[in-house]
Amino acid sequence: MTGKTIVELKNINVIIDDLQILKNISFELETGKFYTMLGPSGSGKTTILKVIAGFSQPTSGEVFFNGKKINQLPPNKRKINTIFQDYALFPNLNLFENVAFGLRLQHKHNSEISDRVSQILDLVQLNGLEKRSVEELSGGQRQRVAIARSLVLNPKMLLLDEPLSALDAKLRKKMQYELRNLQQRLGITFLFITHDQEEALAMSDFIFVINNGEILQSGTPVDIYDEPINHFVADFIGQSNIIDGTMVRDFVVKFVGKTFECSDAGMRHNEPVEVVLRPEDLDITEVKKGKLTVKVKSQIFRGDYYEIIAYDEDHNKWLIQSTNPVKDGAIVGINFDPEDIHVMRFGEKEQEFDARLETYED
Amino acid sequence: MAKFKHFLVAAPYYLWIGLFVILPIGLIFIYSFHDLNGHFTLNNYLNFFKNQTYLLMAFNSLCFAIIITFISLIVAYPIAWIISKFQNSRDFLILLVIMPMWINLLLKTYAFIGIFSRNGTLNNLLASLGLGRHQFLFTDIAFILVAVYDQLPFMILPIYNSVITINHSLINASFDLGASKTQTFWRIIVPLTLPGIKSGVQAIFIPSLSLFMITRLIGGNRVITLGTAIEEHFLSTMNWGMGSTIGVILIIAMILIMLLTKESK
Repeated sequence: MTGKTIVELKNINVIIDDLQILKNISFELETGKFYTMLGPSGSGKTTILKVIAGFSQPTSGEVFFNGKKINQLPPNKRKINTIFQDYALFPNLNLFENVAFGLRLQHKHNSEISDRVSQILDLVQLNGLEKRSVEELSGGQRQRVAIARSLVLNPKMLLLDEPLSALDAKLRKKMQYELRNLQQRLGITFLFITHDQEEALAMSDFIFVINNGEILQSGTPVDIYDEPINHFVADFIGQSNIIDGTMVRDFVVKFVGKTFECSDAGMRHNEPVEVVLRPEDLDITEVKKGKLTVKVKSQIFRGDYYEIIAYDEDHNKWLIQSTNPVKDGAIVGINFDPEDIHVMRFGEKEQEFDARLETYED
Repeated sequence: MAKFKHFLVAAPYYLWIGLFVILPIGLIFIYSFHDLNGHFTLNNYLNFFKNQTYLLMAFNSLCFAIIITFISLIVAYPIAWIISKFQNSRDFLILLVIMPMWINLLLKTYAFIGIFSRNGTLNNLLASLGLGRHQFLFTDIAFILVAVYDQLPFMILPIYNSVITINHSLINASFDLGASKTQTFWRIIVPLTLPGIKSGVQAIFIPSLSLFMITRLIGGNRVITLGTAIEEHFLSTMNWGMGSTIGVILIIAMILIMLLTKESK
């Protein structure tokens, strides 16, 4: 990973019918990394993909590919391929011809076409099915045909538009591994679009969290999970307990009427904040040993843990993951470590957030 | 009991098909083996294939039908495509295509006589522009033009229906894989709209083989096709046998075309 920039977006705005779809989007993507654009539907993530692929023109801003501005370049001239959400396999062509489509356009020799197609079909484990009509294929197979059809052209970058959303849960897990594996073996840049935070965390080197046409936060999966920038990100990625609190001073935060030691700093004294505690960081204990006391309302068995819903005396809802069941209606204590507490300021932007973290972290 | 009920419900349709489809075709078939005096003969068929006039008429009909179908296709395809692009008003535009079909063919044809005749609208316009008066009526071109005009909706509608079912991401995928607009058109769009093209071709080519009213009124007696020949035999020379023979040959030709343009699945 040399960190060479392959795609750069500079101040991209997209306005359609007076509606601002993308607001001043800027980022750089490096060669050979797995990027994820994570956001709810309607957040603008697919528009970003279309701008990079060339299907949408930005209202303003610049798109660079390998250092060259490509705003005016039509999609068929870009060395970027897209895996469409519905795979968009050509129903008039069989599996082999679907994969060979791009090579046929380049007027390659028949022998070269069949060599390259069979090579790529080996890679995605579809050999032997060449003569099948694409309508006879299963969802997972179609997905692989779509990937093979793009990879056979040796693209520098692959854009994947929610390619796993149409698959059932088990196949989806399997394809997550396969895609990640494929990306690492080929070393090409993937930009993966999804609304599924679990998928994003599992597969990516780097995640962009996007909502309402803005990038809210970008970073490694661990960074974003551990230090979400605001309520939206904390709520969207993983499960969280988000409680109103006050930052008493650096490394001391107050919520539910008690003060706690924490690992955040750089805010005004007594600034109102939001506090995030992840359910898996909370431990159930006896009332007198706990930092907080809550009353259990209900619990669900999730297979590898129990998901417990409880309320504290201020009627804040607490989500707790526990390996052991508790009694409904029981009053229990909950315990956590100072570093489990993550404090978020209201309305803080990513740059300010990063700058503040720099001041007290090394 | 259930079977009997089923039969009762279907009976009117069987009756209809028997009386108005099978019986007439059967009669035509029987007539075609009879001469003017009502005796059994094979001469009608022998005549058709030996007589230059009939073969020329068949050839003429075929050529006109091919030209009319081809022109309809290249006019209808872009129209269907453009209409499909108007997301909000395409239903209305399709209504505009359908509307002329509600007007009687004879009326429309007479309207064209008014437009094309020596003192018609077109010639008046040309004369006022100082381009002189020309012969339009009773020419091959006028005949083809009116035939295309009359049948165009039958080509536009099936093509339009297949165009609107094309998934737009297929077109994007084609661009994405490096295809130009022309390549996308020939490799993806045409194959995907082929069912529409086929039904359009069937709907125009087959009736075009036996056109006779437009042939008479717009083509004059200069354009002679199998359709006009049948009319002649039944209404003028009263040689029903020969007329039926041509009819049988047309029916066979139509069946062949149906088989040729059948869905391959």
